[in-house]
Amino acid sequence: MTVTQLVRRPRGSSSDGRGLLARGLGRYVPYATAAVVLALVALLFAGTDLNGMPSFVAIAGLGYVLAQTVLSVVIEGRRRAVDRLVTALVYAAFMAAALPLLLICWYTIQRGIAMVDLTFLTHSMFRVNPQEHGGGIYHAIVGTLIQVALASVLAAPLGILTAIYLVEYGMGRRFARVVNLFVDVMTGVPSIVVGLFIFTAWILVLGFNKSGLAGALALAIVMLPLVIRSAEQMLRLVPDDLREAAYALGAPKWRTITSVVLPTALGGVVTGVMLAVARIAGETAPLLLLVGINQRIEFNPFAGQEAQRPQESLPTLIFEQFGVAAGNTDAPPFQRAWSAALVLIILIGLLSLMARLVARFARTAR
Amino acid sequence: MTEPRQGTAKQDEDAPPVQTFLRYTHRGAPGLADTVFEVADLSVYYGDYEAVRDVTMAIGRRQITAMIGPSGCGKSTVLRCFNRMNDLIPGARVSGKITYHGEDLYAPEVDAIEVRRRIGMVFQKPNPFPKSIYDNIAYGPRVNGVRKGLDDIVEEALRQAALWDEVKDKLKESGLSLSGGQQQRLCIARTIAIKPEVILMDEPCSALDPIATAKIEDLMHGLAQDFTIIIVTHNMQQAARVSDRTAFFTADVDDQGVRHGRLVEYDLTGQIFTTPSDKRTEDYITGRFG
Ligand SMILES: Nc1ncnc2c1ncn2[C@@H]1O[C@H](COP(=O)(O)OP(=O)(O)OP(=O)(O)O)[C@@H](O)[C@H]1O
Ligand SMILES: [Mg+2]
Repeated sequence: MTVTQLVRRPRGSSSDGRGLLARGLGRYVPYATAAVVLALVALLFAGTDLNGMPSFVAIAGLGYVLAQTVLSVVIEGRRRAVDRLVTALVYAAFMAAALPLLLICWYTIQRGIAMVDLTFLTHSMFRVNPQEHGGGIYHAIVGTLIQVALASVLAAPLGILTAIYLVEYGMGRRFARVVNLFVDVMTGVPSIVVGLFIFTAWILVLGFNKSGLAGALALAIVMLPLVIRSAEQMLRLVPDDLREAAYALGAPKWRTITSVVLPTALGGVVTGVMLAVARIAGETAPLLLLVGINQRIEFNPFAGQEAQRPQESLPTLIFEQFGVAAGNTDAPPFQRAWSAALVLIILIGLLSLMARLVARFARTAR
Repeated sequence: MTEPRQGTAKQDEDAPPVQTFLRYTHRGAPGLADTVFEVADLSVYYGDYEAVRDVTMAIGRRQITAMIGPSGCGKSTVLRCFNRMNDLIPGARVSGKITYHGEDLYAPEVDAIEVRRRIGMVFQKPNPFPKSIYDNIAYGPRVNGVRKGLDDIVEEALRQAALWDEVKDKLKESGLSLSGGQQQRLCIARTIAIKPEVILMDEPCSALDPIATAKIEDLMHGLAQDFTIIIVTHNMQQAARVSDRTAFFTADVDDQGVRHGRLVEYDLTGQIFTTPSDKRTEDYITGRFG
């Protein structure tokens, strides 16, 4: 086969292979098609009793894909037409998948933004009538940050050490298989069950009070399998070549792990931990059982006596305010719930962002 | 498409026979009076599989010993016995005896980590750590408790590995930023830095181009002044060029149809390449194998 056989379209063709706009239909035909379809659908909506944004988008989208396919079959032939059709379907699937996410963000911002101001972020609900405007969620932010930090301090080292055991020492040992099974089971346990477990073990059996700490314990258990699995994957990605190189230089096993394996996997491990943190920051079910409701600022996660109610947290505050609103969607508590949700989402978003930055930094640092 | 192929084939036919690469003309054949390793009836097992059977050979001090043979005949397996790297593979074990300066390498009281500090290894694929060039070299000394004078150790190792001039201005850059050939010399420098007595090399040039290969071969001649080198290679010209002694391995099929690696012939490189005593060696060297 010669080279010239492969180069067929000498003019007006793009070589990047995507060619959605370039070949056959040319650059402007798809846009023109879209404009025509839009106009026709608009006419249709004006002329009949069809209405509403969702149905407009659906009909216009369908019409465009149809028109494009027909045009493409006629002008470009079957192969390109199928190509375009599949591409369109893939894009449509993507948009369908992204839609709920976008809607969640949109609603939360739209409903939540009104109440979020400096007062809201720096005041508690102490001596504020939740049915009226005023007060803030500072106490819940403090509680969530402290509980999540506590849970991470417990779960991250334990999880990373377990992952090290599984990857570096486990190798086909029976105990490693047992650990693996446990991690799998833990991943599948619903968080409300974890909450019940801590409630029974920590509060009923050991006799402690409800507290931020009790909540953090449950969060740590939810977090643990996530950390183990992500760290395990990252450690397995470290090539054996590097381990062998270290051993061949007379490094003992622990030294190889601390000085070669962990630093090499560090970026990924940290990213995994932070994503797990982001995941538990919004965890609600166990906190409802273990932390309870408090209107005041409480820095002490151990607090949980009669006089000292346990720490509030963002998820429980949202739940509480939603309950107080009792279905009245215009009431201040309902708005407060949305605003707290917005703050929670932003908090989690920041954590995920930090995880990405850490990952990127670690990659370039090599 | 077919033309370049013919070209290559033709080149191969025109190439001078392997014997022309022998280095004896300028080095003289060394004896085996001063040995580092004595291997006696060594067999290596992976689980129940006996990968190598009954190897007996002696490795001369400050000599370059080459191990050649077809793929899968157990060259790497034997090489990794010399610094007990096989300990790291679950299920791997040895029978027979390897002595290092008269001491049994596999005696229960021998510390494998101590063994690896004296017997360094360079691998087939360059495997620098994702650390700076400096830290790559300093890693071994640091692990072995050296804290002072690291700068000098790093410079000396890089000079010995003929890499100093290329990297002296970028010691802080990642070892992975170097070319493949430079990375392999970095790995050699890293091994030299722990001042081992022996350097084991498992196909150190197989991932490199001819120029980088030539550099490393030159380097090995220099290193043989101070170190004992054992090299596994698939390149017979390389074995002829660099080594003093050559061990030819092959794989036999036993009664049960299981393949075991065996040492067929072990002799001065000149002997192996000019007047091999075994038919299989001759066939392999002249390219009639398989
Ligand atoms: N880790 C291992 N577990 C089980 N069997 C192994 C292992 N490593 C090697 N073997 C087997 O031992 C035999 C010898 O392998 P070895 O790697 O020593 O060959 P080699 O001569 O180095 O081959 P090559 O030239 O291809 O590198 C082979 O049959 C191989 O399948
Ligand atoms: Mg090999």
